[in-house]
Amino acid sequence: MFQFINTLLIGITSGAIYALMALAIVLVWRSTRVINFAQAGQALASTYFGYQALQYIDSFWIALIIAMAGGAILSALIEVIFMRILLKHTTSGAIAGVAPIIATLGLLEIIRTLVTLKWGGADVIVKAPLSNTGFSIGSNTLVFSPMKLAIIAVVTVLLLVFSVIFQKTSIGLSLRASAFSPELARLAGIRVDRIRTLGWAFSGATGAVAGLLLVTNGNGSLSPASLEFSLLLISGFIAAVIGGLESLLGSVVGGVALGIITAFVLMYISDSLFFIAPFVVLLLVLFIRPQGVLGKKGGRRA
Amino acid sequence: MSLEVRNLTVNHGAITALSDISFTVPEGELVAIIGANGAGKSTLLRTLSGLKDASHGTATWKGHNLLSGKAETHVRQGVAHVSEGMSVIPELTVEENLDLGAIWRRNKSEAATTKAEVFDLFPRLQERINQSADTLSGGERQMLAIGRAMMSKPQLLLLDEPSLGLAPLLVKQIFDAISNISRQYGLSVVLVEQNAMGALKIASSGIVLNLGRVAMTGTSQELISDPAVQAAYLGY
Amino acid sequence: MHKLSNKARIAIFIVLGFVIFLISNRVDELRVYQGATVAVYVVGIASIILLTGYSGQVSLGQGALLGVGGYAAALARLHWGVSVPVSFAIAILAAAAAGALLGVAAARLSGPYLAGTTLALAVGLPSIANQFTFLGGEQGLFYDVGFPPASLGEDFTQYKWFFWIAALATLLAIFWLQNVMRSRYGRTWKAIRGSDIAAELAGINIARVKILAFTLSAGVAGLAGALLAMTIGTVSPSAFPLALSFSLLTGAVLSGVTTLGGVMIGAVTLVAIPEIVHSVVDRIGASEAVATNLPSLIVSALLIVTVIFVPNGPVEQMRTKSKKVKSL
Repeated sequence: MFQFINTLLIGITSGAIYALMALAIVLVWRSTRVINFAQAGQALASTYFGYQALQYIDSFWIALIIAMAGGAILSALIEVIFMRILLKHTTSGAIAGVAPIIATLGLLEIIRTLVTLKWGGADVIVKAPLSNTGFSIGSNTLVFSPMKLAIIAVVTVLLLVFSVIFQKTSIGLSLRASAFSPELARLAGIRVDRIRTLGWAFSGATGAVAGLLLVTNGNGSLSPASLEFSLLLISGFIAAVIGGLESLLGSVVGGVALGIITAFVLMYISDSLFFIAPFVVLLLVLFIRPQGVLGKKGGRRA
Repeated sequence: MSLEVRNLTVNHGAITALSDISFTVPEGELVAIIGANGAGKSTLLRTLSGLKDASHGTATWKGHNLLSGKAETHVRQGVAHVSEGMSVIPELTVEENLDLGAIWRRNKSEAATTKAEVFDLFPRLQERINQSADTLSGGERQMLAIGRAMMSKPQLLLLDEPSLGLAPLLVKQIFDAISNISRQYGLSVVLVEQNAMGALKIASSGIVLNLGRVAMTGTSQELISDPAVQAAYLGY
Repeated sequence: MHKLSNKARIAIFIVLGFVIFLISNRVDELRVYQGATVAVYVVGIASIILLTGYSGQVSLGQGALLGVGGYAAALARLHWGVSVPVSFAIAILAAAAAGALLGVAAARLSGPYLAGTTLALAVGLPSIANQFTFLGGEQGLFYDVGFPPASLGEDFTQYKWFFWIAALATLLAIFWLQNVMRSRYGRTWKAIRGSDIAAELAGINIARVKILAFTLSAGVAGLAGALLAMTIGTVSPSAFPLALSFSLLTGAVLSGVTTLGGVMIGAVTLVAIPEIVHSVVDRIGASEAVATNLPSLIVSALLIVTVIFVPNGPVEQMRTKSKKVKSL
């Protein structure tokens, strides 16, 4: 029983982080119809922004906000400079469908290399603001710790904020309209290009939080070659697919589901299935319900 | 303030969709544009609203050149385009679709007033205010589309086949509504239609497009009584 | 190479073989070793050209398939003591089988879904080796092709032997691939690359064709994996990292992903750039960090520029230009 709760809580925590990454991916996908693989690199770079900030100030939370700002700006710049050129030139030709994917992979590598050049390849430590020692209940110690609780809290708050923005504000309406129907949005006077950049900025900020929380969920060590970030990208993608690549709610459902499933597989089957478990989940989803748990049928193959 | 179109030519790649189109829509008047499928009617509207580029010619409205600039600026100049087919966003609610129309307007209380006027005109929309637009019937969607256009307080309304796919009773309702709106707000309207009779009945003048060219112009009465028009478009 | 008859092509390949033979006798150890690496890349890139350039399916996990081939070859040699050519054949078959499975999944996916799935595979598959002891865990397994035969003389080094084996395998593989791409299958793949729907209307069984492309491509990748295992002497998870998949994809794009003709370009570039960068960095005395990271930066930048502005690759670009000139 105890182990069950432990596993569940661990799963929800990592699931929350996956949900953020999934949201970042979905935001870009809905607005630009591209899976931006460089997002893992962007999250990495933003996490380093946060790390750098922590060298000057003592507050993790302020560093988090700085990382979000950095992530947002980086993402917006990539949209304006990189994506527009990319999409303009790759709309036709033999590898039109594949070209954006390959180009974003190249961008990912460039970001990763630049990060290595600036901060070095060795591990650095990001000091978590709260302890990662588990809570004690009676004579048992949970793996679940104050830090993990904070992670769930931060993600929840962030998602609520986004929810309000998307559903209740004009900006949110513009974002959604532009994603659903760019032409109609134009006719309504929405500056669709600017809104798209804003969507990317939101995505970048979200990725930054995911990256920073990812690091503090573990042992706090960060390096450019960090496997965790590759995994974050993949898990975020898988979570997004599970949720249907459609919506904020889908990202949450997908993320938490993936987090919990992976946690249970690792705990009860074997803990070196770390890489395989998400892959198997992905295959299952794509075979059983390709439109995702919340997605709509039809037209979801590309 | 009238809409002046002169020598408008629009190409679709190697094909010429519109060739040397010229016409005027006097202020406050409703002009019908009729013609067979593929005659270029939709292309004309899409070019006027900025969704498509023209190759030659001019189109001026209120001193603005409608052929330059992006589509999203046109609505600020008082031009509203209700495109054919899917002109509402199904994933949004009725109210959100309407709010979309006024999203660029600074004065939110004026926008609220306009919304009330739209509900007066189309009470059905108020009944369904929080429903998602994909639950609406064809006629209701058309009302919503027109309502959204009105939310932007246009002075020039471009309507692309509003009666398409609607049952005869609804067709009459829509045409009546368009006619009322046009008169009540003094709008200039360009009404593109396959339903030539319905359009000409509420229009003051009309243009017949054939294969991208202006085949005939005249007052609506002239066109209705013209034997060639009757044979080709009025089903006589 | 386009319009040549089979006899002419065979002749050309034989000549190529001789030229390579001659060159290998004149260059030093490092170059020979690099030559073997180039051969590995050529085969690996060719497998991607077949898959992505011809049938339009994107796979970010080719490195994992190389891994399957490499491990299969190593295991076969270790446990059954088979000869080198047989171990290569086993590598090809094992990888092809994996490719067939992947193809079944892939046939139902497209675009980003396929990319994401293969990416997950690229990260996940090598780590399976860590799970099972018979796969050697993190250390991996040895793969030993044995010493060069005594008949070749005392001066014949191990690396040269690697190079010869790799070169021969590569020539055979490319020749065979060219045959396949010019056949009915090649045309069919090109058809579905153009448009799924049009191809389906033309009566092509899309799923079967896609699976076939995956299977053949994987088999070729398996050969590359065996060759790679040979040149480094071991197979381990770290020999087939995600970076390998990226490199191959990059090489394919630089070569011109839609045609086999330029496959050398990508392979040589991938090997040459770190070389060039190192010598430049040595000369200007920049830091070690720059030296290690600059090649990756340059290659990625090349990748992006190529995919945006020269998507069909330099070879295809020149062919189109010369066609235009001829028609004037």
